[in-house]
Amino acid sequence: MKPAPFRYHSPGTLDEALALLAEHGAGAKVLAGGQSLGPMMNMRLAQPDALVDINAIAGLDYVREHEKTIEIGALTRHHAIATSPLVRAACPLLAEAARQIGHYAIRQRGTIGGSLAHADPAAQFPLACATLGAEITAAGAGRTRTIAASEFFLSLMSTALEPEEIIVSVTLPKAPTSEGQAYVQFSRRRGDFAIVALAATVRPDAGGHIDQVRLGVGGATDRPMVLAELADCTRGEKADSGWAARLAKAAYDAVAPIDTPRVPAEFRRELVHVLTRRVLVTALERARR
Amino acid sequence: MDTVDFELSVNGERHAVRAEPRKLLTDVLREDCRLTGTHVGCEHGVCGACTVLVDGRPARACLLYAVQMRGHEITTIEAIAKDGVLSPLQQALHEVHGLQCGFCTAGIVMTFEAYLKENPRPTEEEIRDVLSGNLCRCTGYQNIVEAVLKVVHA
Repeated sequence: MKPAPFRYHSPGTLDEALALLAEHGAGAKVLAGGQSLGPMMNMRLAQPDALVDINAIAGLDYVREHEKTIEIGALTRHHAIATSPLVRAACPLLAEAARQIGHYAIRQRGTIGGSLAHADPAAQFPLACATLGAEITAAGAGRTRTIAASEFFLSLMSTALEPEEIIVSVTLPKAPTSEGQAYVQFSRRRGDFAIVALAATVRPDAGGHIDQVRLGVGGATDRPMVLAELADCTRGEKADSGWAARLAKAAYDAVAPIDTPRVPAEFRRELVHVLTRRVLVTALERARR
Repeated sequence: MDTVDFELSVNGERHAVRAEPRKLLTDVLREDCRLTGTHVGCEHGVCGACTVLVDGRPARACLLYAVQMRGHEITTIEAIAKDGVLSPLQQALHEVHGLQCGFCTAGIVMTFEAYLKENPRPTEEEIRDVLSGNLCRCTGYQNIVEAVLKVVHA
């Protein structure tokens, strides 16, 4: 339960960190909060040649407000996101998801950039960011690019990030006042990864009909799944519990979950059904407030 | 493998450490600093027994490499009782029988040391939520919750 030997680097600037990654190639790992990488290394599931610790790099830990978006630095800790008044007001789904990550001590260290780069299919931030249509900004040697969250998660713990790139920030749309957002998850014990998680935003129009819905499922498949077409099909329907039940049934029919020894696929499908209805009803209630 | 030399500040005292970068903070605290109050349970971040404070915030010492802690202040359970006087939570744990074997206790005290500063008046539900990050294999949670409530309502 001790990590294998590695070379340790603690660069003071992003440029130094990128140069180190370019030098070491795929043998290096970026160390942010270390709350996933640490266990993997202790259990020797990961044995990188070198760690590039980005914790000493200034200017990656912030929440900023723009006209239509909020921007979060990659090194921002889960606890800071969960408790940020700005995130709670502009992007409540993200704050609600952040509150449910691991445990209190874990949330003090874990970072949003690290969670996205790790891309656990049951993790909170990948689902929240995919559902909200976030954009992920990554820096590489000599260039910075922005990747849509919908194109970022490729498979189980696999992303569009190149080995020599580092996530520097995440940009999310601010919720309009007419929109309700919710995140719900089911896990056997508090702090465990979700078996299934659901994220939703619901925007009814002035007449009480569905104007816009975003719905995402986590934990069921190898990456967060956004059910954009299903949700779009319900536009114009009366925003009520019947709508939520119909869309939940449609999600149940559409999602073909993974089958694992302790969690059969059918159990996950039932959870998709139940949690979709729950997340939609909650988001709708919040939209009406 | 190459070792590195660095200084660690623990409970206000400086320790000169020579260790491989892979050496966990838990092991450096226990073996190099001779501070064995920080317990090693699962060694992958689940059990919370090794929780210490880094710049006042709780962290799993088994998920930190000691070399990362240069320039940071670490607080361990050894610093919680002052001049032989138990902290309010330690005293409450003692009074309501909030520890059985005691293995998990240090991690719990460190977690709540930080949490009660942030939220001095938590509800029982909030206490249980925070306590979920510390496993007690004697399963003595009821009295641990009572001890925290006793501090909160003191």
